[in-house]
This record gives sequence, structure tokens and C-alpha cells, in this order.
Amino acid sequence: MNFVAFRMLIGDRAKYIGLIFAVAFSTFLLQNQISIFAGIMKNTGHRVIDITDAEVWVMDPQTRYFDENKALKDTDLTRVRGVPGVDYAVRLFKGNPVARTNTGRFATCVALGLDDATLTGAPRHMILGSWEALRRPHQIVIDKAGYLMLFPGEPLELGRELELNDQRVEIAGISDALPGFVSLPIIHARYSEALNFQGKQRLQLSFVLARAQAGLTPEALALRIQEATGLKARTTWQFAWDCVAYYLQNTGIPVNFGITIAVATLVGLVVTGQTFYLFTVENLKQFGALKAIGVTNLRLLGMILLQAVTVWFVGYGLGSALAATFFNITLNVIATRHITLLWQSAAGVGIFMLIVVLLASVAGLQRVLKLQPAEVFRS
Amino acid sequence: MTPTPSIAVHCQSVRRSFGSGDARIEVLRGVDFEARQGEMTFLVGPSGCGKTTLISIIAGLLDASAGDVALFGSKPASMSSRGQILFRRSHLGFVFQQYNLLPALTAAENAAVPLLAAGMKHREAVDRATAMLQRLGIGEKASVLPRLLSGGQQQRVALARALVHEPRLIICDEPTAALDHKSGESVMELLATAAVHPERAVVVVTHDNRVFHFAHRIAHMNDGVITHTTKH
Repeated sequence: MNFVAFRMLIGDRAKYIGLIFAVAFSTFLLQNQISIFAGIMKNTGHRVIDITDAEVWVMDPQTRYFDENKALKDTDLTRVRGVPGVDYAVRLFKGNPVARTNTGRFATCVALGLDDATLTGAPRHMILGSWEALRRPHQIVIDKAGYLMLFPGEPLELGRELELNDQRVEIAGISDALPGFVSLPIIHARYSEALNFQGKQRLQLSFVLARAQAGLTPEALALRIQEATGLKARTTWQFAWDCVAYYLQNTGIPVNFGITIAVATLVGLVVTGQTFYLFTVENLKQFGALKAIGVTNLRLLGMILLQAVTVWFVGYGLGSALAATFFNITLNVIATRHITLLWQSAAGVGIFMLIVVLLASVAGLQRVLKLQPAEVFRS
Repeated sequence: MTPTPSIAVHCQSVRRSFGSGDARIEVLRGVDFEARQGEMTFLVGPSGCGKTTLISIIAGLLDASAGDVALFGSKPASMSSRGQILFRRSHLGFVFQQYNLLPALTAAENAAVPLLAAGMKHREAVDRATAMLQRLGIGEKASVLPRLLSGGQQQRVALARALVHEPRLIICDEPTAALDHKSGESVMELLATAAVHPERAVVVVTHDNRVFHFAHRIAHMNDGVITHTTKH
């Protein structure tokens, strides 16, 4: 009878396509919005995660996220180095100077000043050139997205010049930095040079980056530093999540995406559920005839569940394929290059849609099981 | 009274009511009815006299409030729910007024449904159903969907579905009601030639007096009782 169930399902093309479209549309919308939301939120922590040399970030106690920080005193670096368990601690400058090209095009940048001696925090994924070139004077590394923003449509090329606060610098390398919340060029330079990219301030040490000695976890070291110095110390992942939490609490993004996701959930629940329920109810006469002929309730249950799982499988597959295609296209767009279809989103939406069609089929099934086969004699 | 072997359907003092209290309606008020093997028995009477309720009880699709129903000496009401379904599946065939064909299945597949329900493999079931359609004169329509068939052809497919698993009792509910006279006559001729069999009984509910001449017996029903039976 599986054959009969399958043919009943696909026999009415319009209804079948309607069902598949409802499941596919809801799947696409949910996967799409959840993944974009998660991707944007993930981007807010990328500046922190991208610095792989750091295990612990030390900052002013009032600092809430990466882009909002109050400079530390230079002596704070020495204090951190004095905490037992610190393998090494180096300084990091973060500024937002304006970079200008020879043609006059300009953009606000995220400039990271790395410890002159060790270059701790240098980009590890290079597309062109080498981060070690930063040891030479007036050299910078810029990320590919930033390069294309300043030199649109031009090939990647080393040796190009930029002007930052009247300082002329040369591009010595092009990195593949993770995108941030805002699409700004990411510039890496030596600490001593990066300070000159921005107007001089009395205090300029943005962060201290530290690493724990062998046998000590970053979490334990962060606690030790906090207790010993009174400064705020967070592990890389803790600080990245702090950034995510800041944007969640202080922007309208969660509300915006939340509404869209809620609407998509409602569409999934109501449209898909109701369409499938109506499909079953509209076939009551047929199910009644089958009951009269001698098809058991158990067999009817199997038939309806088979229809539900088929609708889910095809609709979910189609919706997921659409979502995957969408993200495959946006992967080539600089601003959205790291926003991908998350497996967690795909799996979660899959389970949700399966529950929706199963609930709808159970609701329809109630009518089928309660149906008196004698009804078929009523014209 | 013990039914003789030739009696396929034996109903004794069958009662059926619907609702309760002041809203209670007694549709069957002590029906005694028999249908014999090798015969076509018509159940006739005005609308609302209880014909459909009676055949629903005979078919095991509805329980009687009181009285006994025996089919070929067995009492389906005393069987388990599953036993009743299996009994119905193997011993009964149905022809409905509105055909009740599955629109997504071809004529042959529709006719094969009782075999598929019994667990027969699809190919074998469809082959047997196609042979039955050929026997009923619409073999060339085996792969056609019901919506492309005329009313008479659809009723033939329904007849093939009722016969394909060789049941011992066929119950027809107003088989000619949705057809013009010519098509109705044709379907009844088929029913008389293909369905009637020494081992099988056919019960036909109808109020179409133009086809009464096909009946071996006619049970006249009125106001919930069989008033009299005539033999033709």
C-alpha cells in the first residue's frame, strides 16, 4: 500500500507542489535567517579570534568589547608580565585611522600595532607577501577585502603606497583576515609605527596579549591576572563571546532577525502544517473507501506517515539546496564571505520541519482513524 | 433459526438507532433479511427507509444495536476488530454510488487495491486487475486515470475492484444512481453476468425500478423494516 500512498501524494500535482513549496520555503527562510544572524554575530568576535597568538587578553576593567577600549598605562604591561604563570605578555595597539590612496580614495581602517620585537598577533593567513616584512620600516600588511575596498577592480599587488596620518607606508603583504562586524580594511603594522597612524594620545596601549606557561589553562591565567593587577583579563574565546554579547544587547539586530525567524517559524508551522492537514482531510473519502475495502488503521497510519516523510524529505532537501546555493553565491561577496550555512541551523531546521509535518499528519490522522467506513455509502 | 448453507446473508431482528434521549432515532426496527448464494438480491425502498444502514451493518462497517447478522454462517460482530477487517477484506466486495476510485491511480491500479491491501505484490496485483478489466470489457482503459473515464466506465472499474479478489459477497450501493439509463443497464448486465456466481451472493441497494428485472429477489423495505420479499 506504500505505492498507493505515494501515488495519492503525487497524483494531485498542484497540491503536491504546494506542499513541497511550503516546506521548502520555510526551510530556506529559516536556514537562511538563522545562518545569517549567527554569521553576523560570529563576525563581531572575529577581530579577537583572528589573533591566534593570544590566549589571554588584558584590558581596562570597563572594556566591554573589542572596538570600545580605554588605553592602559605602559607599566600595566610590566605588571602583567610579573604575574606567575605568564609565559609571555606583549602589547597591542588598536586604532581607527583613515587610510588614503594616491588617487584620493580613502577608508577608515582597523590598525593593529604589533609588538615590535616578536610581531605577536601578526596575520597567519597570507595571500601575498609575508608578515615578516613588517620588520622593515614603513611596511604594513592589509587584508584582501580592505585592499579591494581601497583599490577596487585592481589586481592584488605588493609595493602600493598608502598614506595614514601623513605617514607614507608600503603594502608588504596581503592577508586573509576574518571579516568583522563592519567591513573596514584591517591593517597590521609594528606597534611603534601604528602609534603614528593616529593622533598622539597620552596612553596608547590598547590591550596586553598574554600566553600561559605549560600546565596552566588560559582561564586560570586570566583569573590570576585579574586578581594580581585589577585589570580585566579574558581568554580569547571569552572575549570573543563578550563582543557577541555586546552586539546582542546593544543593537537591534537580534530583534530584527528574531522577528524574521519568528515569522518563518510561524509560516513553517501554519502554512506547512495546515497544507498537509488539509491534504489529508481532503482525501478522507479515499481513506474511507480504503477502510471499507479492508485496509487496517495501522496500514493507514503507515501510509500517512510515509506521505509526511516524503513531503519533508523532498521539501527539506529542496529548501536546503536553495539555502546552500544562496550561501555559495554570497561566499564570493566580500561583505558576506564568511557567512555560511551552519550545520547546526540545517540540522535544527530539519528536525523542526519534520516535527511540523508529523504533527500535521497526526492531526489529519485523527480524522482518518475516527472516520466511520460506513461514511463511504453516503453520497 | 440456523441459516442453511446456501444462505449468504442472514439478518434476524436487526435494530439500529442513532442518538440518545429525545433525539434518538430508530432507523432499523427489527429487520429480517436473507440473501442467497448464486442470486442477486435487491434491497429497495424509499429514501431514508434504512437501506444504507442495513448494508453498512451487513458489511461490518456499522454495529447493530440489537439482533444477529451472519455471513456464510459466521458472525462478524463476534470477531475482534482486526478479525472483522480481515473477514471484510477477503469475503466482501463493494460497489459504491460515487465509485470512490482513487483519482491518482490508473483503472488497473484502482481495481488492484483489494489485492494490494491483502499484501499481494504490485505487479501481480495489477496483472490480475487488468485481466478483470478485460473481462468487464474495458481492458484497453487499464492505464487510464479515472477522471478520463465516463461514469459507466468508472463504475466498471469499481466493479472490477469489487470482483478482483473473488469475494463471496458483493454489496452494491445504488450502482446506477449516477449513470444514465443505458450505462446503468450495461453495468447491471455486467453485474448479473460477471458477479453472480453459485458461490457468491450479490446484494444491491437501489430505488431505480428500471433495473428491477435483473433481481432474483427483491426485499422491499419501508420505515426500518422489510415489509415483503418478492421472487423474480
